[in-house]
Amino acid sequence: MKTNIRLLLDITKTNLLSRFKQTSVAALGVTFGIGTFIILMGFMTGLNGLLDGLILNRTPHIHIFNEIKPSDQQPVEKAPGFSTAFNIIRSVKPKNSQARIHNALPLISDLKKDARVRGVTPQVSAQVFYIAGPIELNGLLNGIQVMDEVRLFNFRDYIVEGSPEELLKQDNGILLGAGLAEKMSLSVGSRIQITSPGRGVFPLKIVGIFQSGLAEVDDVQSYVNLKMAQQILGEGNNYISDINLKLWDMEEAPEMATTISRLYQITAIDIKTANAQFDTGSTIRNLITYAVSITLLLVAGFGIYNILNMFIYEKMNDIAILKATGFSGLDVKLIFIFQALIIGLVGGLLGLVLGYACSVMIDNAPFETEALPTINTYPVNFNPLFYGIAIIFALVSTFLAGYLPARRAQDIDPVKIIRGQ
Amino acid sequence: MAPILEAKKINKYFKKPVLFHVLKDLYFSIEEGQFVSIMGKSGCGKSTLLYILSTMDREYEGELFLGGEKLTGKSGKDLARVRNEMIGFVFQFHYLLAEFSVLDNVMFPARKLAKKSHAQIKKDALEKLDMLGIPHLAHKKASMISGGEKQRVAIARALINDPLIIMGDEPTGNLDQKNSENVFNIFKKLSQDERLSLLIVTHDPDFAEKTDRIIQMEDGRINK
Ligand SMILES: Nc1ncnc2c1ncn2[C@@H]1O[C@H](COP(=O)(O)OP(=O)(O)OP(=O)(O)O)[C@@H](O)[C@H]1O
Ligand SMILES: [Mg+2]
Repeated sequence: MKTNIRLLLDITKTNLLSRFKQTSVAALGVTFGIGTFIILMGFMTGLNGLLDGLILNRTPHIHIFNEIKPSDQQPVEKAPGFSTAFNIIRSVKPKNSQARIHNALPLISDLKKDARVRGVTPQVSAQVFYIAGPIELNGLLNGIQVMDEVRLFNFRDYIVEGSPEELLKQDNGILLGAGLAEKMSLSVGSRIQITSPGRGVFPLKIVGIFQSGLAEVDDVQSYVNLKMAQQILGEGNNYISDINLKLWDMEEAPEMATTISRLYQITAIDIKTANAQFDTGSTIRNLITYAVSITLLLVAGFGIYNILNMFIYEKMNDIAILKATGFSGLDVKLIFIFQALIIGLVGGLLGLVLGYACSVMIDNAPFETEALPTINTYPVNFNPLFYGIAIIFALVSTFLAGYLPARRAQDIDPVKIIRGQ
Repeated sequence: MAPILEAKKINKYFKKPVLFHVLKDLYFSIEEGQFVSIMGKSGCGKSTLLYILSTMDREYEGELFLGGEKLTGKSGKDLARVRNEMIGFVFQFHYLLAEFSVLDNVMFPARKLAKKSHAQIKKDALEKLDMLGIPHLAHKKASMISGGEKQRVAIARALINDPLIIMGDEPTGNLDQKNSENVFNIFKKLSQDERLSLLIVTHDPDFAEKTDRIIQMEDGRINK
């Protein structure tokens, strides 16, 4: 068996070398298809990763807050005698409840004990005015535990000037959104005043500028220490308006969010619900990549099919001799399938090299954009899985292309050929 | 003594373009070491018979035995094995694989049989080439040698697995007088020295006359 395969491979080798030009052209077709697959795949998934990082990495897996909405149960329904009645209440308005989360501190320590939870960060958000000289801008102030945000939500990536540690050191420090800083012509080290409706004015020192890449965030938001935010609102240290959760496994978010909101009577939004469109974008990009690559391989496959068919036509005599001297139909078929697979393997490996080389070039090409402060070259994903898929692709498509001609060679009747002379 | 090759009541029809009865109730047998020639007018069915005897054509009626073993009804794969191991075939047109060396061509059937080591096969092949007087051609490309030389290479290839019988369809048909005699002498020697059976179709009466026995065919039948 083994010697037979070696013999067939020897014959295949000579066949390939005797038609070196055509074989090379066929192999180059595969090279081109596979190279394109690698480049597209690396680039597209690199881009996916970048966009995911942009949104998903900084988005909490579960966001817990008090939504302002009308109570599900109106007082009349609690009154004896009316609970089973059909009550019609017109013009229901939500009560002016506070944005605070009730019993936030016990809730946080509960969540921290949960094995599925990787980290919990409390936040205090407040509507404020930023005042610098004559300018007064409306915006949103977030009180955070800065090092937790750095650890869980890649917060450091977005700080373009200054550092999160500076905020930790200075109780009255503030990290200002890049858009805000530009509008008010402020830079690190300057002072800014914050006021919230009905409270005093708080002078703060700018210790850093952050740029998230999303204008609607950078133009209005800023970060201070949790304590400072509570002071600005005139609240105690148990005032928490938002709790952000990062889980070990993002897939568990929807289920856990439902449980939390039921258990604690609070709104809990999971990342999947909040960012459904991102999954769709990634799926479509992957789809395009596969469609383009399969099309190219199909073209390459037709090339191989053609060349093998022509080759078999030219080699009718050889096939007849092999059969007359004792080679079976299967042997002949294998010779041509090997021929196709070798074209696929060599073309495919060259394709991997080509794809890798181009990927490295793209990876090093400069890519500067306002929106993505931490990125300065194009993102490329070098996942070895793509290279594995690509070579399997190459072999499968060349096998399919070679199979029909090889079958034809298997069925050639030597008597007909010998008579034909 | 049991015959090497035996054909019983062979009938062959061509169905296209019109039904045509080519071979009609053929019986014959060949003994070990016998050198037999087949003669007959063009179109009487000699080649057709040879393709059946060589197992390449399986569409016939009747029974075929080689070395006491019934070949009729065997699978294509088994028959390929029989051709490989027990039958040596020499064609009118010297069929060699043009891209390979003479030595490779001679070695292929033995490598396919895989009963001997590569080194042993190479040694045997060189021996056969030597016996046929063309040892110097071993490493030449098969497309680079003359017609007479090619025919001798084809004979060497037919001999490489020490078959029971050699069949030839006008193996000297394309050769000049001298080469033709040369090939005849090789055959004669094989049948005498090696007790090899030979069945050779020929149009050359001189050639046929020198063989042990002539089978005369006419219109799909054998004339006694
Ligand atoms: N595939 C075929 N289909 C139909 N008829 C065929 C076919 N092959 C051969 N024949 C016919 O069968 C007859 C016998 O052909 P065959 O080749 O066996 O003759 P032959 O005796 O070898 O002749 P020659 O001496 O010219 O080689 C011829 O009349 C030929 O026309
Ligand atoms: Mg003939």
